[in-house]
Amino acid sequence: MQIKTMAEYFANGETPEVLFWVGCAGSFDQRAQKITRAFAAILDKAGIPFAILGKEEGCTGDPARRAGNEFLFQMMAYSNIQLLNNYGVKSIVTACPHCFNTFRNEYPQLGGTYEVVHHATYLQQLIDGGRIKMKEGGTFKGKKITYHDSCYLGRANGIYEAPRQVLETLDAELVEMKRCKSKGLCCGAGGAQMFKEEEKGNTRVNFARGHEAVATDASVIAANCPFCMTMLTDGVKEAGKEEEVKVLDIAEMIEQNMQ
Amino acid sequence: MQIVYQLLFLTALGVAVWLFTRRALGIRRNILLGRNVELNDRPAERWKNLLLLAFGQKKMFRNPLVAVLHFFVYAGFIIINIEILEIMIDGLAGTHRIFAPVLGRLYLVLIGCFEILAVLVAVSCAIFLVRRNILKLKRFISKDLDGWPRSDANYILLTEIVLMLLFLTMNAADQALQARGAEHYITTGDFWVTSQFAPLFSGLSDSALIAVERGAWWLHILGVLAFLNYLPFSKHLHIILAFPNAYYTDLRPKGKMENMPAIQQEVLYAMQPELAANAPVSDTVPKFGAKDVQDLTWKNLLDAYACTECGRCSAACPATQTGKALSPRLIMMKTRDRLEEVGRNIRQHGSATTDNKSLLRDHITEEELRACTTCNACVEECPVSINPLHIILQMRRHLVMEESSAPQEWNMMFSNIENNMAPWKFSPDDRDAWIQ
Repeated sequence: MQIKTMAEYFANGETPEVLFWVGCAGSFDQRAQKITRAFAAILDKAGIPFAILGKEEGCTGDPARRAGNEFLFQMMAYSNIQLLNNYGVKSIVTACPHCFNTFRNEYPQLGGTYEVVHHATYLQQLIDGGRIKMKEGGTFKGKKITYHDSCYLGRANGIYEAPRQVLETLDAELVEMKRCKSKGLCCGAGGAQMFKEEEKGNTRVNFARGHEAVATDASVIAANCPFCMTMLTDGVKEAGKEEEVKVLDIAEMIEQNMQ
Repeated sequence: MQIVYQLLFLTALGVAVWLFTRRALGIRRNILLGRNVELNDRPAERWKNLLLLAFGQKKMFRNPLVAVLHFFVYAGFIIINIEILEIMIDGLAGTHRIFAPVLGRLYLVLIGCFEILAVLVAVSCAIFLVRRNILKLKRFISKDLDGWPRSDANYILLTEIVLMLLFLTMNAADQALQARGAEHYITTGDFWVTSQFAPLFSGLSDSALIAVERGAWWLHILGVLAFLNYLPFSKHLHIILAFPNAYYTDLRPKGKMENMPAIQQEVLYAMQPELAANAPVSDTVPKFGAKDVQDLTWKNLLDAYACTECGRCSAACPATQTGKALSPRLIMMKTRDRLEEVGRNIRQHGSATTDNKSLLRDHITEEELRACTTCNACVEECPVSINPLHIILQMRRHLVMEESSAPQEWNMMFSNIENNMAPWKFSPDDRDAWIQ
């Protein structure tokens, strides 16, 4: 698979259809890298000219801002916006709801206005537009799948249906957890919690969510966020179900089952 | 004799209104201690929120059964005010049921509806008491409510039941008196509910019956006036402040954090020093984030007074549910407690800052603030559009930017972002290593 950077496109005087913003987790976290590769493979197979920023990409500043470090957030935001504006980027897709939220809601005020979509919505658009075709009777046919709403796609931005519609193309049985959609329970990683130990309590948030997901009897927990991925995987492990229950990103599930 | 009652009524009403106004102005002053934010944009959306959230109780219907019971109490409160209006006029003018001859048959229908509502209000309040004290629902037995807040809730429910029973007793006695053709008691026809109970009073003499009717009338209206003045010291204030709170709902997407122009400016100057050279010199040092109530916005402070401590926020909060110190409901209650404390300081000493205390640490601990995952569940759940998350985030900003207080792991995350452009300690050169 040939993946070109924005710099390469720029040097050739070309413009990609979309910039794939990989995000820090998607770049460095070993598990999330698989999601990144799966999504890139989808774009590649669907024949979409896309670019990444590669080494030039930097953290959007989301965890710094939510931890309270506004200075650091603004520094990151300005350097990213400068970079994106210099390349004349118009349209961004990302597999991280935190990056998505920052681009969508927080960068415009600082001079960075882009058309940004989260990969759940993007996949839905590709499927609807016929640019992705699914295999007949794929890996997940008839299996029970439960979907975990990430807070930053769901409550923060009101996107609940797109990921569910994507999952429907898999011909699987979609079961909802007790707490779903706007009542969904956080995975425990947002607000920069990913980067520190939880405060003391009687359990961890991801353990609580892991148990709830396992209780649906689903064999796959579908996620749309690299941080939810980490938290849910640990949660399922803690529930002692790591053999039976897989946590997968919707991009991985689509990639496995597209023609 | 009648004139004495009229004067008594006028005095009671005057005192009640004066006390209430004084307290309301105090609350207004406290709320305006907050920093200014402009929340007047997009009026059409704001009116829609007011209608849907406050009048329509939209969020309450996330839990339909409770919503219906609450709706009875709420509708009762709104509609029975017409009855209160009649009582006011009667009390001041020395008349009896002044609307009856004017409205004719409609009067009977109105009172009939009020009576049904009064029964529904009393029954709903009784069910609410059972939920709190016998079924012991989790969010009501929470330690958040230990002490005054728990009694407060019970006093409100009991008072409402008593007020409704007084209203019904008054009507029942009135019906019995009408039947006997007692002087002064206008014949209105049979009230829908209380006419059934009028025969209960058959053993009483006319004068005893009048005493019951007048007694219930006075206790009812004095109770209403006392309750009016109990409101602003209680969580029950939400019946008033839910309306402005819904109007001033934050219309931004929930994921959007408030921008800090002062810091934006600093960062711009750092990136383009030539701008800084021409920048106007300011002699005020900006405050970053919130340490005390004055650093919060007036909307945060309005939120604090509008909170009815129902605990839907905390019931949905991942931190609260997993036993962390954080409870969004307590964030709101503590903000109100601190604001009241500041208000008392102003009243007594003319200055807000005589106690060397602050919202941070004296009321809300770092541990609570650190436990928030910013998941917005509390914001989503609140029936009256309170945003505890906004307060938490402003206080986190104070901790990190004014006090450099952050857990060691966060400091490492900050320096990784600064040096490696990612929250982890990886080289930026490896950012595209996933391709291989």
